[in-house]
Amino acid sequence: MRFSRSVSGWMMAGLLALSLACGGGDDAGEVADAPEMEEAVVTVDPAKAATITGKVKLDGDPPRMPAINMSAEPDCRGLHEAAPPAEVVVASDGMLQNVFVWVKSGLDGKFAVSDTPAMLDQKGCIYSPHVLAVQTGQLLKISNSDPTTHNVHPLPKTNREWNRSQPAEGADIEYKFPREEIMIAVKCNIHPWMRSYISVVNHPFFAVSGADGSFEIKGLPAGSYTVEAVHERFGSQEMSVTLGDAESKDIEFSYSAS
Amino acid sequence: MSSATAQADREHPATRGLHLFAVFTAGATFLLIVAGALVTSRDAGLSVPDWPLSYGRLMPEMIGGVFYEHGHRMIAAFVGFLTIILAVWTWRADQRRWVRHLGWAALAAVIVQGLLGGLTVLFLLPTAVSVSHACLAQLFFSITVVLALVTSRSWREQDRRLAAPWPPSRPSLPVLCVTTNFVTFGQLLLGAALRHKGLGIIFHLIGAAAVAAMVFWVLARAAREHSGDAGIFPWALALNGLVMLQLLLGAGAYWIREVTRHAVQPLWPMVVITVGHVALGALILALGVVLTFQVHHRFGRQTSSSFEREGVPVTT
Ligand SMILES: [Cu+2]
Repeated sequence: MRFSRSVSGWMMAGLLALSLACGGGDDAGEVADAPEMEEAVVTVDPAKAATITGKVKLDGDPPRMPAINMSAEPDCRGLHEAAPPAEVVVASDGMLQNVFVWVKSGLDGKFAVSDTPAMLDQKGCIYSPHVLAVQTGQLLKISNSDPTTHNVHPLPKTNREWNRSQPAEGADIEYKFPREEIMIAVKCNIHPWMRSYISVVNHPFFAVSGADGSFEIKGLPAGSYTVEAVHERFGSQEMSVTLGDAESKDIEFSYSAS
Repeated sequence: MSSATAQADREHPATRGLHLFAVFTAGATFLLIVAGALVTSRDAGLSVPDWPLSYGRLMPEMIGGVFYEHGHRMIAAFVGFLTIILAVWTWRADQRRWVRHLGWAALAAVIVQGLLGGLTVLFLLPTAVSVSHACLAQLFFSITVVLALVTSRSWREQDRRLAAPWPPSRPSLPVLCVTTNFVTFGQLLLGAALRHKGLGIIFHLIGAAAVAAMVFWVLARAAREHSGDAGIFPWALALNGLVMLQLLLGAGAYWIREVTRHAVQPLWPMVVITVGHVALGALILALGVVLTFQVHHRFGRQTSSSFEREGVPVTT
């Protein structure tokens, strides 16, 4: 009798302590306002602004992407005529899409944060776009165009991880990443095939290669830069680029499919 | 029915039902471990972002990963409910103080386990919490199995026999068995740490070798000194068989992970083999613990008073 009473007492105490402890953990996903920057912002004279254009090539036969099996989820499968292929490698005519390209180093100072929100949509139980980049402190709006619930779960390493559910036709999730970090995987734990990558950059000089493998980074000040290309499967490549005032340079990254 | 059995049943009329209920609880717990392992293998742990409710409800729409996570929560609630009954029933029907305490320990474990499960969701699967949740699951399963064992008729019958003298070999079989339990639990911890990305595979491989060595040592000892004991030798043999199978499953899990490295996970072969590996780990721990209890029950360092308490004449 005495034993059982003391055990239940301990259990109640433990329960209370743990429920108090977990009360503070459910604030993930709020818009984290970046602290106001008083630091002067670098402006680039449009007449002197330099440009990097380029292409990302993929040599060899691209690996065949398996169709995503959505058959267990009629709400998702019904949104597609045929099961769509996974987007890990998207290439056509030797050109690689979804490569994140950015000026990794060589820039000095702070740059104005774009006041246009970046958009990430969930459509057909697939993220659109598959690879996305934003500036630190830039508003990211995540929308759900599907008739089903998703949970949005970024897996950053230096930013804070969060997980939020978004019902069908639910309000947009708004978020600002406070720290620079590239290729943050974003997943939905309801639909395990869903995956996108968000890169967060301290400046506006980045791009993602399009269907023809091309990219363009505009408005750069003159200088010597290291430009990095990053692909989720094929990894990263770097290139040095020196730009004069108003100069435009064309560069090319090349990955091997094998 | 032997006269000893009849006597045992007369003395403890309620324990038959209690035993069956404990067996049922242990079975449900095994299912719960499978369900929990499925959550991890399907990467569905965060498909329900809130806890204790799911999407603010008791019953969310069971789409995709929600089926696994909420299904796990439902089975867990059921096992929690069973454990409350088991603890109260044990407390009321069993005279043995330590068994009654074990019933309460099971209840405490299942409550803490539920809270760990909730915490790991709310804090986005921190490795330490997920590993604790995984290990406590294994421990809880073993507790339910022990409750089923010690409420069984064969255990009661053994109670009425004279304890055999403590085996002379050093380290003795009882000590070997307990050591095996600790090594096995340590290995489960290393496996959970690997699964939840807290530790590399090398530690789990070393642990596998240690467990294999320990169970083989137990088997060798059992074969040499207790080959005729139906409560020891077949269990030691079964334990070795399960560990062999577990090594194969582990190698299979590693191989399939390498082969499907670029595939979109989760793949069903991967899910099946990893869930099987977790479930078999639980069985190995439980079987080892059963063996330990059997062995300790056989051999007594019991004082004469303990025999007198059980009403068995002391003949030494
Ligand atoms: Cu989803």
